Amino acid sequence: MLPIIQHPAAAKEFVNDPNRSRWHDQALWFVRSKRDKQAASLPEWEYLRETASGIKTHTIANLSHYLQEFERNATARGAIVHWARDAEHHNEIVLRILQDHKTHRIVKSKSMLTEECGLNHYLEDNGIDVVDTDLGERIVQLRGETPSHIVLPAIHIKKEEVGDTFHTHLGTDEGASDPKYLAEAARGHLRDKFLAGEIGITGVNFAIAETGGLVVCTNEGNADLGTSLPRVHIACMGIEKLLPRQRDLGVFTRLLARSATGQPITSYTSHFNGPRDENSELHIVLVDNGRSRLRESETFRAAMHCIRCGACMNTCPVYRRSGGHSYRATVPGPIGSVLSPTRDQNSYKSLPYACSLCGSCSDVCPVKIPLHHQLLAWRGELVGKKLLPVSKRLAMRFASYLFRFPALFRMVGKVGRFTLRVLPRWATHHRLNTWTIARELPEAPKETFRDWHRRHRDH
Amino acid sequence: MMKPTPADTDARQAILDRINTKQVDIPPLPDVDVDRVIEFDQPIDTFIEMLAMVGGQAHQVDSQRDVRALLEEIDVFRTATRIVSLAPDSVAGTIDATQIDDPHDLATVDWTIARGEFMVAENGSIWIDGNSLPHRVLLFIAQYLAIVVPRSQIVSNMHQAYERIENFSARFGVFVSGPSKTADIEQSLVLGAHGCRKLQVFIVGDL
Ligand code: SF4
Repeated sequence: MLPIIQHPAAAKEFVNDPNRSRWHDQALWFVRSKRDKQAASLPEWEYLRETASGIKTHTIANLSHYLQEFERNATARGAIVHWARDAEHHNEIVLRILQDHKTHRIVKSKSMLTEECGLNHYLEDNGIDVVDTDLGERIVQLRGETPSHIVLPAIHIKKEEVGDTFHTHLGTDEGASDPKYLAEAARGHLRDKFLAGEIGITGVNFAIAETGGLVVCTNEGNADLGTSLPRVHIACMGIEKLLPRQRDLGVFTRLLARSATGQPITSYTSHFNGPRDENSELHIVLVDNGRSRLRESETFRAAMHCIRCGACMNTCPVYRRSGGHSYRATVPGPIGSVLSPTRDQNSYKSLPYACSLCGSCSDVCPVKIPLHHQLLAWRGELVGKKLLPVSKRLAMRFASYLFRFPALFRMVGKVGRFTLRVLPRWATHHRLNTWTIARELPEAPKETFRDWHRRHRDH
Repeated sequence: MMKPTPADTDARQAILDRINTKQVDIPPLPDVDVDRVIEFDQPIDTFIEMLAMVGGQAHQVDSQRDVRALLEEIDVFRTATRIVSLAPDSVAGTIDATQIDDPHDLATVDWTIARGEFMVAENGSIWIDGNSLPHRVLLFIAQYLAIVVPRSQIVSNMHQAYERIENFSARFGVFVSGPSKTADIEQSLVLGAHGCRKLQVFIVGDL
């Protein structure tokens, strides 16, 4: 079993570095603002979101049909379609393909699914050299870290730190931190890797049942370079990535980049229909890994609509200040806090609480997943299962008791207002009360809302 | 050539069964009402504006013969020695890519001059049909990319774009919007990540 993640504890280091926390917050807010501008530039934005949500709802409901249609059409185009029960099975399938080709060097473009499955480590343990080719992912890989964001994997790293990493691994000048210079060094370094790569692995943004084709979106063009040189392309995808028809891409390609980075579309939106030529291979690995179980849940099914744009993290006040690693999950932020407990309730039980219920995530989600409702629903489930710490459970029980008896509520309110006024600071601000570490207590109001209301209701 | 690894379908039935045991009401699949989406009065102008926004450069010319002269004004073109041209009426190439078997041999190409099928105004992208490429790596491996596209071929939005490619038959096709780029180092935009460093688009009147 996984260790239990306590989000507040995991976020502590990041939050305690106010400069970094603020810088991170602002970097993401900048991305969020670009997204807002793009959304506002299309009068049909809300219509697109509704349509996207409708297409996804239909597809997920009819998933078995579309999966089989996809398999049939992809196979007819010459692709080889594999089915993986879980992460381990997925990794085994990929390894077997590599071994059959006696491959030792692979070039990989960004894929949250392979991250979810822990593919890199698995392959490295089996003697295979895995090169992540997305610049952000490469930075993270060289530093021995994991991505902290699903679209901006290195958003938590400062340019000086990238400079240090590149100085160590790529021999760039010591102390260099100019993004242009560093990106140029990475370009040279990765070009050699592309040319030496024996097999290209990519994720999948959209798979089309009607055509059996795949769509991969990147700005760097790394998925394209990585699959246009070697003869073998392995595409790994969760079973929820399907769209029924090619024309449905009209909706999703308009929403994806605008929501993710505030661009009107990614630099490259590549459509792969079968292997490159008669002498090449395209392997498609369809991965379940808990998705079919998630589909059974009325409450959380809509989380399968997610197109991994990252907009919900960019807007989330908790994510922006606590950093992606504090979630200790492949997918962090609001959608990660919904998905992770579906995998392991006990380990991830604190994540639905890493949320202020401000609802901003639901407002920006291009496929209209009711994220904050789902986070609230999780809290309900976790309370019922007694998975909460005693301190939270007792407080909740006390509160619910209080709300049931108005006279008691009034009395406690009075006591509260009085104590707030007279309590000395040392009684509230001490090391046993973690809540007051960076907070002041509110000033007690002179009058209760109830009294105020009674005075005003006749006017 | 080795025998490809056979499909692993051991888990197939289990996954489908699991999905089938939970029947969910299937709402109808929505279609986009084209009357509700944005159209542009001057789509070419919008295209040029959007392309500039994503880091590309557009040039309007009357005929294919004018392309070369404009390219000659660009330093990195004048000094280029390895050019693959898929639009020979615009620019004559120095390498015949159809004679090359292994795409790795294209690693040192300076410029690729490609042909675009049509433009999309809303995002400055151009659709390239894989059948026009002897090696699809040509679009991504060249240091610089130019695309020649007919002025008459433009749509306003992606819905119209997909209508146009409803039955495209190539093994590969791509919407290219601007040069390759990254913002992975502190969100600073750098053009030329792995693919082309710059993108020049020639909108040609008589193509
Ligand atoms: S939940 Fe919505 S906003 Fe968040 S990553 Fe998924 S699609 Fe984007």
